[in-house]
Amino acid sequence: MSAVVSPVRRPLIEGNKTYHQITEDLCTPTERTPSRAWVIAFIIAVATMAYGFFCIGWTIWMGTGSWNLNRTIGWGYDITNFVWWIGIGHAGTLISAILMLFRQRWRTGVNRAAEAMTIFAVICAAIFPLIHVGRIWVVFYFFPYPNVRGPLWPNFNSPLLWDVFAISTYFSVSLLFWYTGLVPDFATVRNRATGLRKKIYNFLSFGWTGSAKHWSRWESLSLVLAGLSTPLVLSVHTIVSFDFATSVIPGWHTTIFPPYFVAGAIFSGFAMVLTLMLITRKILKLEEYITLEHIESMNKVILVTGTIVGVAYLTELFIAWYSGYVYEQFAFFNRAMGVYWWSYFGMMACNVISPQIFWVKKFRRSVLVTFIMSIFVNIGMWFERFVIIATTLARDYLPSSWSYYYPTWVEIGIFIGTIGLFFTLYMIFTRVAPVVAIAEVKSILKLGGNQYVESHNYKHVHGFSDHHGHEESHHESHHH
Amino acid sequence: MRRYNKEVIYGIYDDEEKLLQAVRRAKSKHLDILDVYSPFPVHGLDQAMGIEESRLHQAGFVYGLCGTLTAFLGMSWIFTKDWPIIFGGKPYWPVPAFIPITFELTVLFAAWGMTITFYTICGLWPGVENPQLDLRTTDDKFCIAFDSNEVSNSDVRSFFTETGAEEVNTKSI
Repeated sequence: MSAVVSPVRRPLIEGNKTYHQITEDLCTPTERTPSRAWVIAFIIAVATMAYGFFCIGWTIWMGTGSWNLNRTIGWGYDITNFVWWIGIGHAGTLISAILMLFRQRWRTGVNRAAEAMTIFAVICAAIFPLIHVGRIWVVFYFFPYPNVRGPLWPNFNSPLLWDVFAISTYFSVSLLFWYTGLVPDFATVRNRATGLRKKIYNFLSFGWTGSAKHWSRWESLSLVLAGLSTPLVLSVHTIVSFDFATSVIPGWHTTIFPPYFVAGAIFSGFAMVLTLMLITRKILKLEEYITLEHIESMNKVILVTGTIVGVAYLTELFIAWYSGYVYEQFAFFNRAMGVYWWSYFGMMACNVISPQIFWVKKFRRSVLVTFIMSIFVNIGMWFERFVIIATTLARDYLPSSWSYYYPTWVEIGIFIGTIGLFFTLYMIFTRVAPVVAIAEVKSILKLGGNQYVESHNYKHVHGFSDHHGHEESHHESHHH
Repeated sequence: MRRYNKEVIYGIYDDEEKLLQAVRRAKSKHLDILDVYSPFPVHGLDQAMGIEESRLHQAGFVYGLCGTLTAFLGMSWIFTKDWPIIFGGKPYWPVPAFIPITFELTVLFAAWGMTITFYTICGLWPGVENPQLDLRTTDDKFCIAFDSNEVSNSDVRSFFTETGAEEVNTKSI
């Protein structure tokens, strides 16, 4: 392969890769025996997951009475964790679909892993509504089907039912999108494999050959799936926010919820993507694929969405005051100064104040700072959901029914267990599939200029490219 | 393994630019290309080969419309005919409340319909073994294949030499 020199653009993939080198770099993690570190981490993840399943089993066996929910506080850890996980999932779709529509080519380095994260996060999220209904064995009542109970149908006016549709659609469409991207890469792995491994990967790759016509349709399909996923991902957290906003609880009943929740979802999702990517790129030595440019771009998204979330918090406070509605005012006063002041403080510190350090380029490009910040944001966004749910419910209209909520060991165990499940699935994924989309990275290799000359400055090479628009040539003539 | 009973002569290229030029040249020389294989979607290859734009998205629109109608008409029938119930003093036919589920089913039907159509028309499915000319075409090589019965052997061989193919091979698939 001959190299194409693009002196003006920084390369999206570093290290002057050839196509073959990309195949080697990205396929070998699935081919070599797992490292000791991986095995130890995997055992920890599986053990955590197993404990979580034990607690889920306990909940199902003993009933939701094993949780500390009561008549005042009907939603606690369960829905907090559900919203937290669902929000985390949003970043994967944002990267793979919305950035695809915006032709942000840097996304190819991270979209595969981010979308895997989406799918695993949605699996973790889905556990909570399933178990919090109490009688999981009749959970299929959620779905409208001709039944012998009348037929009696679910309530299509209810945002909780909209959520069932939104989340199942989101999960299955994300899975299709992700898997369709994986098919050509599984074929690449297959063609390097022998024996049983070859058979398995042929099965997974659906017999992909790389025919031009298939590629043409594949691109067409990917584009439409991206187009469908974009409004879909926005709808999912919008509908999750309707679960709260359509109720008449002060602090929940606000029109700002949909955009505020979507921004928060993207914010927390990018934080989790960064947490995972920083570990993955280090362990699998993918620093040339998941570059500092990626980290910086994602940190910019964190800064923007964190600030949007901050504006939403302040807007809520302002509107509560401005509405003159005493219950609304009390709800927000209670959040900031009430018994759960510490969770409000954690939320503000982690989500609004700490991301502001990303105005500084040095911090945006620092792996250590980014990693610490990503953990902060994950914690902060968990607090946000806890503030919205538990704090609000703990102090309702009737002081006689005020209550205080703290989780039991079962609820904590389930939450920790979902983290174990998430990492178990993610770690299996890094062993089975290429964590960076091989075909997509190859297709942008030259566009990004794999021979970018660091010392060239833009003015000197201005005449080389034939891509200049009118303004730019105009600008240039002025310059001379 | 699927069989086509074709004798294929194919050339291997090491760069997508060479591939594109070769494809354009084959077009101008009226050599009928059987297929082209590449490790990634090559920009401009569709136009060079004269592949028509896929109608998958039209199909997607139709599937989506099916989803829209299923959801909207289904909910309307259930709430007005099959089992009318008043929820919270709202009308029997609360159209705005139907919008979220209608939207979700539109997306669901369109995505699944298109994806299943894609795999079906491409002949890709779990367990299918399609013949491959060269295993390196999923790595770093690009391949142009001709049906030996459709083109003259000497023409094709000189075409491959002129366009800078690294290797020329034959295979029956």
